[in-house]
Amino acid sequence: MTLKELWHRLGSPRWFYQISGRLRLVLGLTALVLLVTGTVWGIAFAPPDYQQGNSFRIIYVHVPSALVAQSAYLLMGAAGVVLLVWRMKLADMVLAATVPFGMSMTALALFTGAAWGKPTWGAWWVWDARTTSMLVLLFLYMALYALRQAIPRPETAGRACAVLAVVGVINIPIIKYSVDWWLTLHQPATFRLTAAPAMPPEMWLPLLVNALGVYCFFGANLVGRLRLEILERERGTAWVRERLAGGQL
Amino acid sequence: MNPVRRNRLIAVVFLAVGAAVTVGLVLVALNENINLFYPPDQIVSGAAPVDTRIRAGGMVEDGSVRRIGEGLTVEFVLTDHAGSAFPVQYTGILPDLFREGQGILVLGQLGGDGTFVAQEVLAKHDENYMPPELAELKGAGAGR
Repeated sequence: MTLKELWHRLGSPRWFYQISGRLRLVLGLTALVLLVTGTVWGIAFAPPDYQQGNSFRIIYVHVPSALVAQSAYLLMGAAGVVLLVWRMKLADMVLAATVPFGMSMTALALFTGAAWGKPTWGAWWVWDARTTSMLVLLFLYMALYALRQAIPRPETAGRACAVLAVVGVINIPIIKYSVDWWLTLHQPATFRLTAAPAMPPEMWLPLLVNALGVYCFFGANLVGRLRLEILERERGTAWVRERLAGGQL
Repeated sequence: MNPVRRNRLIAVVFLAVGAAVTVGLVLVALNENINLFYPPDQIVSGAAPVDTRIRAGGMVEDGSVRRIGEGLTVEFVLTDHAGSAFPVQYTGILPDLFREGQGILVLGQLGGDGTFVAQEVLAKHDENYMPPELAELKGAGAGR
């Protein structure tokens, strides 16, 4: 299948529904295996840090959740552009289906950051550029959630959310580079694409496993929510009725 | 691409670029205010306001930590290891990570004599993590 064909097929929620059942299962099982492995490894077997002791282990939850929260937002920005330009139904569903997951992961990153900040920095919360921009991300997710509920006509709601999602993407590079552009209490990035991580492999390998795991979890969650959205929005169509009548969902 | 979609794409690009430029200009204008703390060179050069509640940061200079009397009062010097340093006085409990060579943030007032009187001390952690055995090998594990 060429890219162009895939693009046209994505215009059909029915096609996506048919192929996604197994995809969701595979992603979900992979996520389960990776997250259990990474978490047990990180909490029970990785060595403690020479300064922070065991409290550094919160990194195994904090970094993956913060990463996926930002990636989910980037995906929503891309879906927003596709919806505004091509009016693809699936893009609107992606916009709607990503919000709850992204919001929970942002909240989790903020919570774990606070729980780590208290013993390490000596404060639950500091208004530096990184923490503040991450809080803005949480508010953006909340705004997207509320905006969709506030507009009764689904098509208008979808476009309004798309505009907000696209404009909000500007916050992502601000989060990413806040620690380089300004003086912050938050430390610079642990993982960089261009350099080796500043910790030994027995510390960063579980982190990598958990990061991959949380991306699979996001994939499984997104596909599952998309399938529900498709059923709900296409409930009047012949193919959904046939499936319902046949009892095969 | 058909003309209708091209026009929509152009509109979306304008929207995104416009928003990015607006936010960018605001951030550049606020640049100094977004910094959480004053680095040592700004404290020494007088760029930081005197007798106002501010945050300052730096590394604790080796061998500079002194306890004053029997109480909780300590004095230490914060430096940027590039020629600028200023003394800090603090009464209270220091964070666990406080040690010589550590990055520290202090909240308080800069006096006219150049001494910073802190009400709150926060430890700044860097992005380096290592197991204790490795830290001992490197000789960086002083303190714990």
